[in-house]
Amino acid sequence: MSKQSTRTIKIDTLARVEGEGALYVKVKGDEVQDVKLKIYEPPRFFEALLRGRHFSEVPDLVARICGICPIAYQMSAVHAIECALGVEIDPSVRLLRRLFYCGEWIESHTLHVYMLHAPDFLGYPDAIAMARDHQAIVQQGLRLKKAGNRIVALMGGREIHPVSAAVGGFYKAPSKSALRELVDELTWALDASLATACWVSGLDFPDFEQDYEFVSLSHPDEYPFNEGRIVSNRGLDIAASEYEDNFTEQHVEHSNALHSVLRGRGSYMVGPMARFNLNFDKLPEVAQQAARDCGLQVPCRNPFRSIVVRAIELVFACHEALRVIREYEPPPIPRAQVTARVSTGQAATEAPRGLLYHRYGIDPAGLISSAKIVPPTSQNQKRIEEDLWHFVAQVASRPIEEITWKCEQAVRNYDPCISCATHFLKLHVERD
Amino acid sequence: MALCIIGCGNVDRGDDAAGPLVARRLQRFGAQTPGVEIMEQSGESFALMDCWLGCEHVIVADATAPRGTPGQIRVWNADGDKLPEDVFPCSTHAFGVREAVELARAMNRLPPTLMIYGIEGKQFSFGEPLSPEVERSVESVAQQLFELVRTTTGPAQTARNRA
Repeated sequence: MSKQSTRTIKIDTLARVEGEGALYVKVKGDEVQDVKLKIYEPPRFFEALLRGRHFSEVPDLVARICGICPIAYQMSAVHAIECALGVEIDPSVRLLRRLFYCGEWIESHTLHVYMLHAPDFLGYPDAIAMARDHQAIVQQGLRLKKAGNRIVALMGGREIHPVSAAVGGFYKAPSKSALRELVDELTWALDASLATACWVSGLDFPDFEQDYEFVSLSHPDEYPFNEGRIVSNRGLDIAASEYEDNFTEQHVEHSNALHSVLRGRGSYMVGPMARFNLNFDKLPEVAQQAARDCGLQVPCRNPFRSIVVRAIELVFACHEALRVIREYEPPPIPRAQVTARVSTGQAATEAPRGLLYHRYGIDPAGLISSAKIVPPTSQNQKRIEEDLWHFVAQVASRPIEEITWKCEQAVRNYDPCISCATHFLKLHVERD
Repeated sequence: MALCIIGCGNVDRGDDAAGPLVARRLQRFGAQTPGVEIMEQSGESFALMDCWLGCEHVIVADATAPRGTPGQIRVWNADGDKLPEDVFPCSTHAFGVREAVELARAMNRLPPTLMIYGIEGKQFSFGEPLSPEVERSVESVAQQLFELVRTTTGPAQTARNRA
């Protein structure tokens, strides 16, 4: 093939990405000429749907935005509305919310590490093919995910579309004995998470690092879930109420999903790697040691190593769930009294895939007058494209099948939840 | 559990609601009887595999991808049929019904019998109602499965539940 020949790579359906998207890469010789991650977005259905609904309905409605991270949507929503209405929550409710989030992180990270990302590294087209050769590993992943499911089912009242989270707390708080029933399985899950970290740290990682601006929540005392300031490794340090002063969403022609950028600075990364790099000292010793044993350095700038970082966050989530269960005392009242008033509130929490920002305006009757939701995948999308510009240049001379594989793997570094980011599912794909 | 019927999908996403609505109709008909479990699931693979663990007979109802014949009902027997890759891309989860079946097959975790009822969807937008063609098929699949439950558990039991 001529050095200057032009090759176009179109991946019309990105497999093992939540929802669907399409990727377009154009290479001339060893030079990347164009990269477009295409996402298709109808009108922002949920933001419009929420307007006119009572604030108490919001947690249940937003839980339906994403089947993988309903709790993240619930948590950002309740915190934003509580901020608007000046609600103080009970310390036990705060603990329960951390436990709830642990369950979702365990579910989501396990699915991604074992089923979506590991096959890339091991040379399998998918987890089904991987399972034929690695049954014990996949069995471990199944059981680990189930440990997360059990937390979510107990806390959420059911396994899908959890309904227990409320503005002010929970409709019903679990008993101590109900939580203690989770201990044995979570103790196993902690060990399994450590084994997971050890396993994935031995995978073969492309030599690829970028100079990222990492953005995540930061809390003075703990690894962040529900609270904290929004910080970056380049000096950003703001409250959630200042989010829209510092970040903006740009429309790009090739994608209907909006690209979030830091005003005047450009792309940034949210998610496990950002959290890990900005909050390493808040991880419990067992997770810090696991990270050191895995050879992870802070900051980690190789996005392919995000699979190891997710495994470290699995260790953290299992350890944190056990801590919460040990310390838990049921709250005297599971849900604080909440009174409507004209107000606006913002909150950001850490979804498995990264920072999830919500803002709500509330009218005197307690009805939602405005809503804004910025999911993590919207925030990472520009950064994913920039990674691809640089990464494709490294592999441009390889056979087209290999470039395609590597590009998909690079996109999956971010575990993009395209159905959240676009609120849409593309169902009919024409392949060239 | 002798028989487990699982409706998969998202009730807020147009025709993706087909599976859960089949499950709800069966509940309304009184199909949940001793030995028969009716449930709704998002379609996420691991959860599905958990649901059917220990079940003798499993039936999954789900929407399938548009192919120009909305409402068409197709039935697969997992024992003999490999699920086609392009038929179940509708889940919000890239790891959905097809992957659950094929992963279970690879790991020898398929239930003794597993049937998949697919209802071809037309549109999957958030907040949209069922297409009329899909609505008719939801009713039809629910009736077929109810008859199956009646023959499994006996008409008297289902009639009592319905009352």
